[in-house]
Parts: sequence; C-alpha cells; structure tokens
Amino acid sequence: MMTILFDGVAYGMLLFVLACGLSVTLGLMNFVNLAHGSFAMAGGYITVIVVNRLGVPFWGGLVLAFVLTAIIGAVLERTLYVHVYAKSHLDQVLFTIGLVFMSVAGVDYLMGSSQQFVQIPAVLQGQFDVFGVGVGRYRLLIIAVCGFLTLALQFILIGTRFGSRLRAAVDDQRVARGLGINVGAVFGLTFAVGSGLAGLGGALGAEILGLDPTFPLKYMIYFLIVVTVGGTSSITGPFLASILLGIADVAGKYYFPSLGAFVIYTIMIVVLIWRPQGLFARATAR
Amino acid sequence: MRPDLEAATTRYLRARARFGPLEILFWVIAFSTIWLLPTRHLILTETVIWGLFALSLDLILGYAGIISLGHAAFFGVGAYAAGLLAKYEIVNEPTVALAASALAAAVVGFATSFLVLRGSDLTRLMVTLGVSLVCFELANRYGDITGGADGLQGVTIAPIFGMWRFDMFGHTAYIYCLVVLFIMFMLARRIVNSPFGLSLKAIKGNPLRSSAVGIAVNWRLVAVYTLSAAYAGVAGGLLAQTQAFASLSMLSLERSADALLILIIGGTGYLYGGIFGALIYRLLQDYLSDLTARYWQFWIGLLLVAIVIIGRERIGGWIAPVVRVASQLGRRAPPAKAAEPEKGG
Repeated sequence: MMTILFDGVAYGMLLFVLACGLSVTLGLMNFVNLAHGSFAMAGGYITVIVVNRLGVPFWGGLVLAFVLTAIIGAVLERTLYVHVYAKSHLDQVLFTIGLVFMSVAGVDYLMGSSQQFVQIPAVLQGQFDVFGVGVGRYRLLIIAVCGFLTLALQFILIGTRFGSRLRAAVDDQRVARGLGINVGAVFGLTFAVGSGLAGLGGALGAEILGLDPTFPLKYMIYFLIVVTVGGTSSITGPFLASILLGIADVAGKYYFPSLGAFVIYTIMIVVLIWRPQGLFARATAR
Repeated sequence: MRPDLEAATTRYLRARARFGPLEILFWVIAFSTIWLLPTRHLILTETVIWGLFALSLDLILGYAGIISLGHAAFFGVGAYAAGLLAKYEIVNEPTVALAASALAAAVVGFATSFLVLRGSDLTRLMVTLGVSLVCFELANRYGDITGGADGLQGVTIAPIFGMWRFDMFGHTAYIYCLVVLFIMFMLARRIVNSPFGLSLKAIKGNPLRSSAVGIAVNWRLVAVYTLSAAYAGVAGGLLAQTQAFASLSMLSLERSADALLILIIGGTGYLYGGIFGALIYRLLQDYLSDLTARYWQFWIGLLLVAIVIIGRERIGGWIAPVVRVASQLGRRAPPAKAAEPEKGG
C-alpha cells in the first residue's frame, strides 16, 4: 500500500517535470504543443547515447540531456515555432503532430525501434526498507530531483524578476508588452527551459516509462491530462494534477489491471466537462 | 419574410446547390475507373474509404469548426459493428449491416456530442481524443468480443443483395464502395447546401452572433456531430466489410491523425477535399513507401510541417477556387445579385 503510494508519487513527480514546460507553453502563448513528448524522448535518447556509448557518468548524462534538449528546443522555437504562434489551433495541432511523426520515424531510423535502457549506476539499483515500506533507490532519486526542481521552479516564478515578468505575460500579454516586457524573449527562454526539463524528465523516466520511438505518442495524452486538469495559471495546479494522476495510474494498474488506462481517461473527460478551465485553476476573465 | 427576399434566398440556395460541369466530370471519371483501372481496384477501394472518412471529418471541421483528434472512435465503432454483425450472422445483407454501422456510430456520436459543446478548442481536442481512447481501451478490454489485439477474425461477408459476391480482386468491393460514397456524398452535398448547412457555417464564423440571430447553436452542433459520426461509421463499416476484418488500429490516434492530414491536404469546407486528399495521400504513401519502406511517416510529418509553415490557405485552398470558377462558368444565368454579399462570409 505505502509502496504503491511511494511509486505513485515518484511517477507523478516525473510527469510533472515532463509536463510543466507544456503548461507554460499553453498558458503563455495559448499554443497547443503536441510535440512536447518528442523533447522528452530526445532527452532520453541523448542520455542513452552519452552514457551507454560514450561512457559519460549517469549524472553527466542527466545534465547533458537537459542542456542539449534545451538547445534543441530554443533552436526549433526560433526557427519553426515562431511562425505558428499566430495561427489557428488547428494549424498548431497539425504542425506539432507533423513534428511528432518526424521525430518518431527519425529516431526509429537512427536508433532502431527496440526499447532502450540507460545504464544506471549500481548505487541507485535495488531497494531498501524504511519501516517496512519498500523504497526503490532510483525512485527516491526521482523524487529528490523532481522535488528540488519543483521548489526551484516555484522560487524562480515567485521570487525572481524573470518570474514576475513571466507571470505578467501569462496573465495579460498585451499589457505586459505595453509595460516594456519582451514577451517573445521571455517565451523563448521559457520554451527552452521547458524543453530542457522535458528532456531531463525523459532521461530520468527512461527506466520507468520505457523508451522507444513511440514515446511521444504514448505519453502525449498524459502530459495533456496534467496540463488540462491542472490548469495553466500556476505550477501548483499541474503539480497536484501530476501527483494525483501518478498515484491514480499506479494504483489503478495494481488493483484493477484489467481496466488499463480506462479510469484515467474517463476521469479526464469528467473533469474537463465539469471544469473546462482545469481543476485547480482560478476563474479568469478570458 | 418578405416575398422578394424569400425568392432571392431560394434562388441563392438553388444556385449554390447547382452542379457544375467539373463536378459531373469528376464523378464520370470516378465511375469510369471501374472499367479503366481494373487492376487498381484494391488500392482505389481503400482510397474511397479514406475519402469517405475524411468527408465525415470535413462535416464537423470544415462546416462547423469543431477540431477533433478522436474521429477514429466512430470509424472503429462502425467497423466493429459491421464485422460483428457479419461474424455472428446476425445481419447477413451487407447494405443493411452498413446502415447498422452508421446507426451504431451515430448513437455513440450523439452520446458524446454533448461533451464537445463546451469549452475551447483545446478542451474539445482533449475530449474527442479522450473519447477515442476510452473506445480503444473498451475494445481492448472486451477482447473476447472484439478479438483484442489480434483483431476480429473469421468474418465472412455475404453477397450484396444475395447476388454479388466479394471477389478476391476487389471488383465488387470497389463498385460497392464507390456507389456508397456517391450516395453519401450527394446526401452530404444536399445537407451542406441547405439552410441547415449555412447555419453551421454561421456558427463556425461566430457562435455568439449566430445564437443572436436565432440559430439554436448547441442543437445544430449536436446534429452535425451525430451526422458526421454516422458517416465515419459507414466508412469504418465499408473497411470491415471489404477486408473482412476489424482491428484495434481502426480506433487508434494514428487513424484520427491520418484523417485530419488527408482532409488538410485536400482542403476543408467544400466536401471534395476529403476525396482529393485521399487520392494524393495514397499516391504519396505508395511513392514514399517505395523510397523508404519503414520511415515514410517521416515524410508525412515533414509534409504537415511544411503545409502549416507555408500556409494552409495557399496549399489546400487552391482546388476550391478552381472548382468554384469552373462551376460558375457552367451556370446559364448569373446568381442573384441580392445574394452576392453573403458569399464573403
């Protein structure tokens, strides 16, 4: 029971790190980015390459996954995404699905379609008991890293100048622009960091979520659930939504394996009908 | 309503619904392929089914402006309905089974249509996607009925009207699908050129204003969503009948995305887009599969990105003006002047 809760929290934290970039994209630019999972996959494969083939230590792999994915994100944002912000939602969906298809086939071509594993150091393998609860070392690491990131993000959003600019831009782009905030630059940087975080999440999650070329399609719906259920106005909303989703998914798979993801999808539809702005969103005028 | 206005409106609607020479030519060519391209019937059958599926999506996307990422749900429901009816010999006559497919999909469509009424594009996207995923999970869960991951096997389709047997070269199947497409197309054409169809375009343009001029927005959307689901169900039913097989992939996200892609290639909002799109898509698929068998999806993705970056209006829209100009050339009398300004909207 406690182990399931623990695994669920670890899973949820992972989902949060994967999806928080998406929540900013959606909230700030009202941009539907279905290709977010592709960045996560990129991070995962970068780690696999540098750790397994080049012999970089696992920690270095994580850092590289973040940095390189952030760079990829920034480059794509400046070259391709900027042209699509002003277009309709349909165009955004088509564009990002196109990117997903390309990344899926591209990775399949470069790396093969089989599942990839990251070699994690021996220190992180196995589990130990805390008051009779089996705690996996790797999952503990995920909780630690993701928890730290969450706190850091919260601090950046609340405590720094950049954070207040970002929040201002999310709340009202036009007024923010009028006050002299360079919304495009704020967004570009946020997009890069969001992609980087997705990459880091993908690297960390390769062990738990599995890593193969269909990753962006398989987990796209999970990221979208986190964002739509959690709302886009804060990071606490998506955070709580991720934890809930993580626990519900792990518990659901453990107790009712035959139902599969059925419960999750049904809950999502109900929440969306009940509160289209998200479960934890405050009422907005928009 | 003033009598002269009423007459002008009727004239305008008639003018919209009139057949242009290009349209007639299109259907003549389509039917002549029965004799002209007998070796291609298997591929053409698939194209026709894709075209009908994309047409069903056009009804909600092109006319009512509802973005759906889960239209495969109805396609799959129709396919399983037709497959199951034939497998357990409940309904042997294929045409009746096809009507049952449409009905089954329409019921699911009607039930879920209320979910897409509320919320923004994103909410709709998520809800339609969610509905198709739930259908997928259900079909997976009740594998003893649907055959699960192996698909529905052991389906034998009885001859149409007890006379025409499905042959292995797909001749019967092609003629059958083409006739069904023709009937469904003419029906859709009639519907979108009716006042109902125009009211949908008004809703797409601005829901609030439409309700202000007295259009029951929600019920119109429910109606067109249900209709579109029925169309998708027929397309699914046709696929199950011509292949004597139904599988989970018919409910998958990839299938929904393909339908969207086909429609976008052909262009939305003039019904022929789905069919043109299916043709182009099928040719591309053949060509790209020859080039790189496993990775043709990459090129499809690239195509999508390119379409959006260049601008959908510039690519998808090139056919529509051609058709419009050509059909106007064929008209004996110029359309009523009073109705002209409405065309812009």
